[in-house]
Amino acid sequence: MKASPEGVLTGAHYLDGDHACAEGALAAGCRFFAGYPITPSTEIAERIARRFPKVGGVFIQMEDEMASMAAILGAAWGGVKAMTCTSGPGFSLMMENIGLGIMMEVPCVVANVQRGGPSTGLPTMVGQQDMMQARWGSHGDYGIIALSPNSPQECFNRTIQAFNLSEKYRVPVLVMMDECVGHMTEKVVIPEPDEIEVVPRRLSPLPPGEYLPYAANGDKVPDMVTAGEGYRIHTTGLTHDERGYPVMTAEAQDKLVRRLRAKIDDNAGKIHDYECKRLDEADVVVVSYGITSRVARAAIDAALDDGLRVGEIRLITVWPFPSGLIRDLAARTKAFVVPEINLGQIVLEVERAAAGGARTISVTHAGGWVHDPQTIYHAIREGLRGNGAPRKPARKPRKEKQP
Amino acid sequence: MRDANKNARGSATAEQETILEPRHPMEPFLRMDRFPHIWCPGCGIGTVVTCFADALKKGAFDLDRVAVVSGIGCSGRVAGYIKLDSFHTTHGRPIPFATGLHLSNRKLKVVVISGDGDLIAIGGNHFIHAARRNVDLTVICINNFNYAMTGGQVGPGTPVSALSTTTPFGNFEHPFNLPALAASSGAVYVARWTSLHVRRLTNSILEALTKPGFTFVEVIAPCPTLYTRRNKLGTSIEVLGSYRDNCEIRHGADPSTVDITFGGKIVIGKFVDVAGKPTFLESLDAAMQRALGKEYGLGKDYYMRSAGQRALVDREARHD
Repeated sequence: MKASPEGVLTGAHYLDGDHACAEGALAAGCRFFAGYPITPSTEIAERIARRFPKVGGVFIQMEDEMASMAAILGAAWGGVKAMTCTSGPGFSLMMENIGLGIMMEVPCVVANVQRGGPSTGLPTMVGQQDMMQARWGSHGDYGIIALSPNSPQECFNRTIQAFNLSEKYRVPVLVMMDECVGHMTEKVVIPEPDEIEVVPRRLSPLPPGEYLPYAANGDKVPDMVTAGEGYRIHTTGLTHDERGYPVMTAEAQDKLVRRLRAKIDDNAGKIHDYECKRLDEADVVVVSYGITSRVARAAIDAALDDGLRVGEIRLITVWPFPSGLIRDLAARTKAFVVPEINLGQIVLEVERAAAGGARTISVTHAGGWVHDPQTIYHAIREGLRGNGAPRKPARKPRKEKQP
Repeated sequence: MRDANKNARGSATAEQETILEPRHPMEPFLRMDRFPHIWCPGCGIGTVVTCFADALKKGAFDLDRVAVVSGIGCSGRVAGYIKLDSFHTTHGRPIPFATGLHLSNRKLKVVVISGDGDLIAIGGNHFIHAARRNVDLTVICINNFNYAMTGGQVGPGTPVSALSTTTPFGNFEHPFNLPALAASSGAVYVARWTSLHVRRLTNSILEALTKPGFTFVEVIAPCPTLYTRRNKLGTSIEVLGSYRDNCEIRHGADPSTVDITFGGKIVIGKFVDVAGKPTFLESLDAAMQRALGKEYGLGKDYYMRSAGQRALVDREARHD
């Protein structure tokens, strides 16, 4: 269905990524926001606080991030589309209730504007160090969806996409922004409401009495209802059966957790989104996401000017990871170059998917600034020398001392 | 001959059944398919559930519009047995979850039922802030003086000198005085009862449910398996007897004077009942109307405006 006109600020704007994310949420139909101030994500909450009252939304600044995450889960059950935003330290605090959202299968969106960590780290400076936390940060096994925008325009578009995916697959969707993307100001074009596709909640057509809260459909996702409609549902963070009732057995655990994982994995082909260029004739493929994909641009352009055959993949959905794409490419390319503002996280996924078929070169950065494009350029050059050899070990194995 | 007897007996039984149907009087309020429950014999939580259900009955609430949110622990399991929209959330977080549920769906009456450890220790920050905001929630805290689900550890309400598995030589920490905490944080209704005072507790829960704003009822309840046994306070019946002997009803008592000491007198009653304090949503609506006038997009059913939620409009029409 199309976006509701109220809340859609159609036109060309000059916005930073945080504000664009807030506008994306409004356009997607988000009408509940609970958050806690944290740099560099605060501007999302600030814009929502100013915009919501006029469109019938409720903004509440909670006492902490655990409360913010819990509140958006409650609000989603109350029948609205809900989101929160945060950065590293707050993201850590939200993990508990992100897990509850996964277990209760609650559609909602969490924007994490990443900064340098660990701990308080670099509050005002960029990082991409929460990418593995996005995948595995909450305890237990589960599937999750994470998107990575690389411009204010993308912050708008991907936030809408995040809401749509969360409604479709009933899972918290993480918008993994970074400080650069969040704070850079660029032109953002917001289309007409009837040009914006939004996914409504998958409400059950069954009446109370026949409806089972966790009876999954063919796509492994169950339909939802709203509190107060007479369904008198029970839902719990405990392992549960199709009625939503706790069942403390290995069998129930196996059935539920495998489905929570499979509803993302089995639908990954439909969820995946990435931009590819020149992959067919590439000797080296640069795999990047977020702000680093734009820094890599300069390096790739320089390499292309040199006549090198460089392909590129920009990951938009980082999770689920497009392993198949990497696996296929590994057979016909020399190397993958993976720049990211961390000490090597998504490169591990690339390496796993490449399975030794092509060399994997990690271009790391500890955070606080973007890469010098030269480092990526040199990695591309290094990759051309590769020729299918496995990734070089970080250091030579220590020689055993003779007794 | 045997068949004839069987038939005769069978029809008599069927007849009896129509007269004396073995239905629990609380059946409309309970998920009968989840029984037996997990609580120990002599536990006070079931009594609180009965009083809550009785209060719903007396108040003639539309049960489709009441939701219960619990956290983790023995008392956290209440949500699992009550036949309302019921949410069993994470440890300490039922109040913020309930806040989101309430703010997104104004037609719902949202009740939090959980334990002392859940609401006052790990959830203590949420508790005081919801009270400060005067969010329209009723919070029923079942205080059994220990973490029972995990085997009887010291809690934020354990009296000084009481034994627990983590205070094997007696508790030396000062406990929270729950009514004082709630009142000083801004709760508009604060009462304390025990699981012995079922009639007064039921009336108090009903008062709390019908009063707008953050209303709080503490219920002192025995934990026979872990707390009262370890502290040699006797069986549950004996503990209820001690509630009868040791409780003093003092309506309007200054909440700061109702501390609980080990073996001491327990002051119970309705301590706070403030009139006229605006709730979170009333304050929000008033402030926005002042600032924005007609531009304030407060929807009577604003959640239906949410793009993609159109289906709800039909549902609501059916319901009303």
